[in-house]
Amino acid sequence: MTTTASTLDRPATPPAFQAISGSRKAKNILATVLVTAAFLVALVPLVWLLVTVIARGYSALLSSDWWTHSLKGVLPKEFAGGAYHAIIGTLLQTLVCAVIAVPIGVLAAVYLVEYGRGRLARVTTFMVDILSGVPSIVAALFIYALWISTLGLDQSAIAVSLALVLLMLPVVVRSTEEMLRLVPQELREASYALGVPKWKTIVRIVLPTALSGVVTGVMLAMARVMGETAPVLVLVGYSKSINFNIFDGNMTSLPLLIYNELNNPNPAGQLRVWGAALTLIILIMLFNLVAALVSRFSAIKTK
Amino acid sequence: MTSDSGQPGARTAAPRRPGDTIFRTLTTGAGLAIVIAIALIGIFLLIKAVPSLLADKANFLFSADFITTDANNLMFGIRDLLIVTVLSSLVALVIAMPVSLGIALFLTQYAPARLSRPFAYLVDLLAAVPSIVYGLWGILVLGPALEPFETWLNHVFGWFPLFATGNIPLAGAGTIFTVGVVLAVMLLPIITSVTREVFRQTPVMQIEGALALGATKWEVIRTTVLPFGRSGYIAASMLGLGRALGETVAVLLILHASPKSSGFSLFDGGYTFASKIASAASEFNQALSTGAYIAAGLVLFILTFVVNAVARSIARGKAAA
Repeated sequence: MTTTASTLDRPATPPAFQAISGSRKAKNILATVLVTAAFLVALVPLVWLLVTVIARGYSALLSSDWWTHSLKGVLPKEFAGGAYHAIIGTLLQTLVCAVIAVPIGVLAAVYLVEYGRGRLARVTTFMVDILSGVPSIVAALFIYALWISTLGLDQSAIAVSLALVLLMLPVVVRSTEEMLRLVPQELREASYALGVPKWKTIVRIVLPTALSGVVTGVMLAMARVMGETAPVLVLVGYSKSINFNIFDGNMTSLPLLIYNELNNPNPAGQLRVWGAALTLIILIMLFNLVAALVSRFSAIKTK
Repeated sequence: MTSDSGQPGARTAAPRRPGDTIFRTLTTGAGLAIVIAIALIGIFLLIKAVPSLLADKANFLFSADFITTDANNLMFGIRDLLIVTVLSSLVALVIAMPVSLGIALFLTQYAPARLSRPFAYLVDLLAAVPSIVYGLWGILVLGPALEPFETWLNHVFGWFPLFATGNIPLAGAGTIFTVGVVLAVMLLPIITSVTREVFRQTPVMQIEGALALGATKWEVIRTTVLPFGRSGYIAASMLGLGRALGETVAVLLILHASPKSSGFSLFDGGYTFASKIASAASEFNQALSTGAYIAAGLVLFILTFVVNAVARSIARGKAAA
């Protein structure tokens, strides 16, 4: 019985679209293979690079001297001393940079989101874009022309921090802008309805709501400028000892340590090069990780 | 962009309070500071470059010399710097563009939804590696590994100017070709992340429409995703180009200096704008000699300014459409 029914139901001719022609099928498969291959190709340098840096540098990090001592008085061929002075230098320069760049960046983002209309806002947006494309060596040269050749000041860590400010600003502005735009409009309206002035609404309501996103952006920006080498080559001298004074004297950061130890042909120099590279990557990953954690655990709730 | 309704902060007609005026001035000042910063960069570089340009005994645009040891007899030109900079950036772009396109398609169209984010994160990790580490890896690890391939290219395609024998020996691996490959790796995450965002915004209706007409996955991508994302992809590549033009320390570590002037071979050595400036940084003592490098920096600034401006206008045009 059922067999008859199903025979009757069956169309007289099978639908024409069922079979996809061979060439179309082949093209589809080829595209899938190529696209997947592109992704895998990108992983090759990542894995290769990380394995190289870890394999060549990890043993430097095992010694406690690496984290607690400078290279003061250490001979080029000695397996002694550490990167403490360079770690301090990196963190100090980045921190000072952040202290200058964050207020300006956040305020500029507030301007663009809350106030900015018309020509100046458009020009500012455009210039933030341009600033994000300024090469680090150009930023360094500009600070050199301003700080050292025009004002006649010496090379110092603060000059490096100033150059880094230029590189950090656009990242801070962009991320803060994005976060401020995510703050629900209802929050602002509720505040205005209670008669709260606009500036107080921004400072007390809008910025705290966006805080975690802003912090995330700042952490990422710091991670980015940490590895910059061009400014330290132009704007500060190399030193083997610890220096906490950002206004005076030479100060080594991890990139500068790498750059200088590259000229040291001894095995100890090579170890320090890769050790410093690994330390730098670990620092950057740490900042990235903190940024990721902050953004995960305190994101703005959008409906 | 300028429509008032629904925009955050679109309030008007509230009574002006002193606090508001102060805060508004403060934020506007911060925005203005960024505009001024860019203007100052251009102005200061120009002021410091002009005296040296006037003292330059060689043709600034067409000379390959860069002799600044005697401040009274400056001879410098950017011919070679320009060739090396553009050549290495183009190699990087030629390699990075198709791969980035593939990655972006993979992440948005092919990867399982749950894995798309972690995969994207892996690619972004490439951006977290500082450029000096890329330089180290490029000259000590990747360069030597590329050498046999370069030798083969040189043997088989040596008749073609790009692959002709360059002005430095291939052994040692410090060629424009190596630099290009390393720069390509550095550009991948930049181009990919922008392209990915654009592809993700392809209208679902278009995709479903194409599917309903019986298109294969590839046909869907070719007819909807690619045309929709084309301008975003081109803008992203331009941003990458801007980045490659200005990359300093990776190039400085990898590229070998050459006593001979540059041809148009990928197996040449030499300097880019950025690496030339960085290499001379320790000798910035006389104003006139330093000015020569600042002039080179100014050219680089203008170059990247133009490239970035074009990239942004392409991206903006898309957003407005």
